[in-house]
Amino acid sequence: MKLYDVVIIGAGVVGTSIARELSRYKLDIALLEKEEEPAFGVSKSNSGIIHPGTQNPAGSIKGRLCVQGNLLVRKISKELNVDFKEVGELIIAFNQEETRELLQLKKEAEALGVSGLKIVDKIWLRENEPNLNIEAVAALYAPTAGIISPYRMVYSLAENAVRNGVEIFTEAEVENIIHTKPEFEIITPRSLFKARYVINCAGLFADDISKMLGIDGFKIKPRKGEEFILDKKKENLARHLIFPLPSKTSKGVLIIKTADGNPMIGPTAEEVEDKEDLSTSEAGLDKVLVSARRLIPSINDKDIIAYFAGLRPVSGHDFIIRHEDKAPAFINVAGIQSPGLTASPAIALLVCNIIRKNGLTLKKKFIFHAHCKKTMQLFAVPFSKTKKLIKKDASYGDIVCRCEMVSAKEIRDAVKLGARTMDGIKFRTRAQAGRCHGSFCTTRIMKILAEERKLPLMVITKRGKGSEIVKEDRFHLRGGTGSTL
Amino acid sequence: MVTRELVIVGGGPAGMAAAVSAHENGIKDILLIERDQYLGGILNQCIHTGFGLSYFKEILTGPEYAGRFINKVKDMPGIEVSLKSIAVKLTKDRIVTFLKPGKIETVKAKAVIMATGCREKTREMVHISGTRPAGIFSAGLAQKLINIEGLLPGKEVVVVGSGDIGLIMARRFVLEGAKVKAIVEIQKETRGLLRNMAQCVEDFDIPVYFSHKISRIYGKDRVEKVSVIRVDDNFNEVFGSLFEITCDTILMAVGLIPENELIEAAGVRIEENKTSAPGIFVCGNSFKVYDIVDSVTEDSINTGKLAANFLRQNE
Repeated sequence: MKLYDVVIIGAGVVGTSIARELSRYKLDIALLEKEEEPAFGVSKSNSGIIHPGTQNPAGSIKGRLCVQGNLLVRKISKELNVDFKEVGELIIAFNQEETRELLQLKKEAEALGVSGLKIVDKIWLRENEPNLNIEAVAALYAPTAGIISPYRMVYSLAENAVRNGVEIFTEAEVENIIHTKPEFEIITPRSLFKARYVINCAGLFADDISKMLGIDGFKIKPRKGEEFILDKKKENLARHLIFPLPSKTSKGVLIIKTADGNPMIGPTAEEVEDKEDLSTSEAGLDKVLVSARRLIPSINDKDIIAYFAGLRPVSGHDFIIRHEDKAPAFINVAGIQSPGLTASPAIALLVCNIIRKNGLTLKKKFIFHAHCKKTMQLFAVPFSKTKKLIKKDASYGDIVCRCEMVSAKEIRDAVKLGARTMDGIKFRTRAQAGRCHGSFCTTRIMKILAEERKLPLMVITKRGKGSEIVKEDRFHLRGGTGSTL
Repeated sequence: MVTRELVIVGGGPAGMAAAVSAHENGIKDILLIERDQYLGGILNQCIHTGFGLSYFKEILTGPEYAGRFINKVKDMPGIEVSLKSIAVKLTKDRIVTFLKPGKIETVKAKAVIMATGCREKTREMVHISGTRPAGIFSAGLAQKLINIEGLLPGKEVVVVGSGDIGLIMARRFVLEGAKVKAIVEIQKETRGLLRNMAQCVEDFDIPVYFSHKISRIYGKDRVEKVSVIRVDDNFNEVFGSLFEITCDTILMAVGLIPENELIEAAGVRIEENKTSAPGIFVCGNSFKVYDIVDSVTEDSINTGKLAANFLRQNE
């Protein structure tokens, strides 16, 4: 059996960042994911904000990694060809007392090394954020805040890691880990993996994984966040990311700009027990609407086209990133809640250091392929470019999802790059993510997916086994061939 | 840039009727853009009968009704049809950009008729809380899966909404051997035609819950059940009336909304069948959602005439 130098558990943004960073070195690396595709856990409900580093406790690991990550993301997004937009953020104060708190936040953030911060007044706000509540009196402006597509970031990291030799195994839920000293045996339904080092990036389940080795120094408590996506028509609702003053446990309900244009409002913050409870509630919607309208009063609930809930893997107030004395070759990367996406490249560097200190030799490969090809998004390019694309490949003109303008070519490419499910295609291309929610394009996408993967339509799923879209294929039962579209 | 007398966006019943009418009124340079691989729009998947009673004085199926107009369009030399073509931009001065496999085309039209139909409201638009598993379909998507693709979406179905589409799809599922466990309607009575209540629901003994709504969807990977609650005259939930129905499929039939994104993006206001931009017209369900296709046809014939008059006056 192959002995891997490193097995990473969990293909979210943290696991894929670490996998890619380690793929610079001469190592055999396996990345295990329990779901059918990467990014299907905590990362899929990420808001896509690249935080500047404000709103972090002084002296925290996450504060330091956030500031460092904010810088690193710029470089990595260029290498991976994932769009990063520096839109800036505003933390809003509604009275003098809150304005004083802004000054405190500014001081704390500057101590962490956040640059460019300034307090802006009513007049500035009127000019630069016209839809903002006129009762706002001041804001802390952090120009280095930005937005990125969390899925495209994870998928590009995963693809790039694979390009550099990492092996990814999906549907490989870790059932047990045995420390056979000095190595580890990791048992999954797919097969047994042997590793010299294990990095635990299992998100909500990081405590369960750690417990398999008798290490139970922390517990992951899911904190649910419900988010509501508005129609792309409202793209210009806000020019910046807009925050209220943060509370002790959360950054509050925000107005979020997203990489795809649709504004998003949320999230809520609610402690839950069940690590799989992704349900939304009426109360959540009411709360988000009330809070979001306090920032931008004109928000209309009729513009909501989608909503979802995500779970933050919370453990105390800070990230847990450490080797465990009981098993020095086992590294926990746990409790990575906000600002985990921003911090992820910095987390990857930190983990490389920890693993090196614990005896793994990191020798650079002669060739590391740092760059990814750009994933084309038709909706994001001008018609002049569309023309060139169609000339190159006719199927760029074959539109499958009309709400978000996604072509057959983009969908086929997504499948070739690893999309295996309807949700995987949605996250990669935005097909089915628009206002009609897949009513018009579901059948066509199912067919492309089935054709590319050489599978019957019956087994096409929304997001993995158990979520098959249809129950019976009548046409093929009767010996027909189905329609061609 | 190519120029045309009249560009019509949408080759469903509205676009076809508008094209035929404009042609009959003297316009002989018409481009009809349709995104699907055939004309007819949503009629092609409506294999039940009941179409044409008012316009043709006959009972037709959806495809038959569409067929009548497809034949007319084919017989008119002044109408060019461009299939698999999707309009992506409209401007106030009537420039239409559309994509088709292998091509992006921009056409300058002297008049434009938008006949882009409507779309279904989704679960998200009526804010039903709970999980988001597989097994939640708009009624139209379920209809396409069954009637066009030969795929059965589910076996134990709850239909949300008692409009005609909901009623017809409830019957369709029963005919395909599925069990329709309930139709849940928030209003006190059906929103559909009485004949559909009789022919689709009563004849098949499907339970209907009026003044009820789905309060929550359950199921991790696939729909497992819904909770249903009674509402009072003000649509407030009645305490203590909650019950659950196990099912693997939820059909959303909660209404239609006109598809007017291109008109909106052009910064144009709809004013009856005309718009604030001279020479841009709207007809059929993209103007307003009609109960029956015969009314769509009437509306569109009228709009075809309006466009023809506009073109004559501006010659």
